[in-house]
Amino acid sequence: MNIIVPIKQVPDLVEELELDDSGKALNREWLKYKINEFDDHALEEALQLKDALGGTVTAMALGTDDIDKSLFTCAAKGADKLIKVTGDFDAAVASHVAAKAMANVIQGLEYDLILTGVQAADDRDGQIGVLLAHYLGVPHVSVVTGVNIDAGKALVNKEYSGGLMGEFEVDLPAVFGVQAARETPRYAPVSRVRQAMRNTELEEIAAGDCAVAVGSSVSRMFKPETGAGAEMLSGSGEEVAARIMNIIREKGIKV
Amino acid sequence: MSNDIFVVAEHIKGALEEVTFEMLGKGKDLAGNFDGNLVAVLLGSGARELAGELGAADKVICVEHAEVADFNPETHGQALAEVVKSNSPKVVLVANTSMGMDLAAGVSIEAGLPLVAYVTEMSADNGRLTVTSQLYGGKMNVESQFEGEQCVVSVMTGSFSADAGRAEGTPAIEDVTPSLGDPRVRFKRLIEPEAGDVDITQQEILVSVGRGIQNEDNIPMVQELAEALGGALSSSRPIVDNKWLPKTRQVGKSGVKVKPKLYLMVGISGAPEHIEGMKDAECIIAINTDENAPIFDHAHYGSTADLFDVVPALVEKLKG
Ligand SMILES: Cc1cc2nc3c(=O)[nH]c(=O)nc-3n(C[C@H](O)[C@H](O)[C@H](O)COP(=O)(O)OP(=O)(O)OC[C@H]3O[C@@H](n4cnc5c(N)ncnc54)[C@H](O)[C@@H]3O)c2cc1C
Ligand SMILES: Nc1ncnc2c1ncn2[C@@H]1O[C@H](COP(=O)(O)O)[C@@H](O)[C@H]1O
Repeated sequence: MNIIVPIKQVPDLVEELELDDSGKALNREWLKYKINEFDDHALEEALQLKDALGGTVTAMALGTDDIDKSLFTCAAKGADKLIKVTGDFDAAVASHVAAKAMANVIQGLEYDLILTGVQAADDRDGQIGVLLAHYLGVPHVSVVTGVNIDAGKALVNKEYSGGLMGEFEVDLPAVFGVQAARETPRYAPVSRVRQAMRNTELEEIAAGDCAVAVGSSVSRMFKPETGAGAEMLSGSGEEVAARIMNIIREKGIKV
Repeated sequence: MSNDIFVVAEHIKGALEEVTFEMLGKGKDLAGNFDGNLVAVLLGSGARELAGELGAADKVICVEHAEVADFNPETHGQALAEVVKSNSPKVVLVANTSMGMDLAAGVSIEAGLPLVAYVTEMSADNGRLTVTSQLYGGKMNVESQFEGEQCVVSVMTGSFSADAGRAEGTPAIEDVTPSLGDPRVRFKRLIEPEAGDVDITQQEILVSVGRGIQNEDNIPMVQELAEALGGALSSSRPIVDNKWLPKTRQVGKSGVKVKPKLYLMVGISGAPEHIEGMKDAECIIAINTDENAPIFDHAHYGSTADLFDVVPALVEKLKG
């Protein structure tokens, strides 16, 4: 089973987000990035499948900003190969363009399965997994938890709401958008990441022509009115607890 | 090209989803603005029985086919792309749900139309559509405009009024039979959720815990608070993915919808997927150290105090 896991860096949402001067994009100068949490799940699922069935796991990313360390982190966790797709794009690349760039490169690789993260917090023009599948002409299922392989076919669960799931059998190769891996994603200590930086080759492949039409553009970016809804309770933990007690008493929720 | 607004009607287990009516309501506005018709696209075997609930639409395009009897990312995608290509509507509205996520991007590529996702607002001006997406976990809104005449928009659930999209009467039905041969994705079955020890949808008081709790060893602390309040413990998705609580405790898009009297949240950021499950709670109190956390847009009361200070203090007061 040869599995490709495309990974992406997204702004750490616990940090404050600022706009740049254009008012149409994030100010990325001080932005702290982290690997998209769903990619950790996709990689974990891929590594679990490799443990069970053999084969290779290739982590792949568009060469934006300082993506190298995230790729080496994948190697530290167990990915066998690392590919950086190079081209003229930055972290704000549109999903359609990113998907086409990856499709161009993947077309030249041998693979059975592509596991992407289900979505990222910034994909304005669609989820890359599904776009990628269409550019490659292979089937896809998104919002997947649990990928099983049997006799050259995949059996996957797709989550709907309320815990309801659909089970699908899918011919390979295929693309799945992973929501959650069967196990909690593993952690790679810094020492292992350093080791991976020394010992793993990071292959660079040019994206080629990925000038597809996006057909839409950002006219404005703005913060929602934070705090507009909530009455804020200030003070120490003790004081806040006292205020909460009053609120729930007044409302007759608990006496 | 026509000026029509197409709405992909989402349904499961024989019932239309709320979001279908939300899209129809908003779609009706847009159709008025653009001087076009509102058309519902209904895919499924036996689904035409649902057309009687789609009175808000001017027309229903019905795709009856064994291969779309149950939702299937591939065959639903193919059928929808065919319908869109042969009708050239101005706007295609798809829900940004688990099903819709499989459809929107495919139609965009197969029909060569631009797509904007995670949309919570739409307005039409001089024949042009402007849409606003909720991105970055609810921390930024992004307004987009389209270059061409047509587009696909994937809409967040709960963004528009469902009542505006409910109307009696069966619109005219147009039957379409696409060619859907040999799918590579095959639906096998629906798997029902397992019943849990506690049904959080039936609780009047919920303490809901998120990733701010840091690790599993801290779960008993919030459990104690839930018990002291005479309620139950629920959570955001990462807590369940980490296996710290069972799936039945998850509130949100892929969890359950709850509407308790009190929803006391600790260490939950308020991502749109979580909000979907609890926004109708009667009293929402959120404890989150990040003053910019999106949850403060939705809560009635909020505090940036540390949950590790507030929770023990509350427990003490309740037990005292
Ligand atoms: C298709 C799909 C379906 C999904 N379905 C769901 C769903 O059903 N339910 C759901 O919840 N999510 C769902 N998600 C995930 C969702 O996008 C978010 O990732 C998730 O809700 C985040 O959970 P959280 O708020 O606990 O964690 P985070 O977003 O990491 O937030 C943790 C918060 O804790 C705060 N914090 C940290 N320390 C403290 C402290 N000491 N005191 C107080 N506050 C503190 C931080 O400021 C932060 O805001 C879904 C995602 C997808 C793609
Ligand atoms: N620039 C990128 N490089 C590699 N993979 C990506 C990139 N952008 C998105 N992906 C993959 O597509 C998934 C969904 O992201 P998105 O389409 O942005 O929601 C991510 O979790 C990654 O698996």
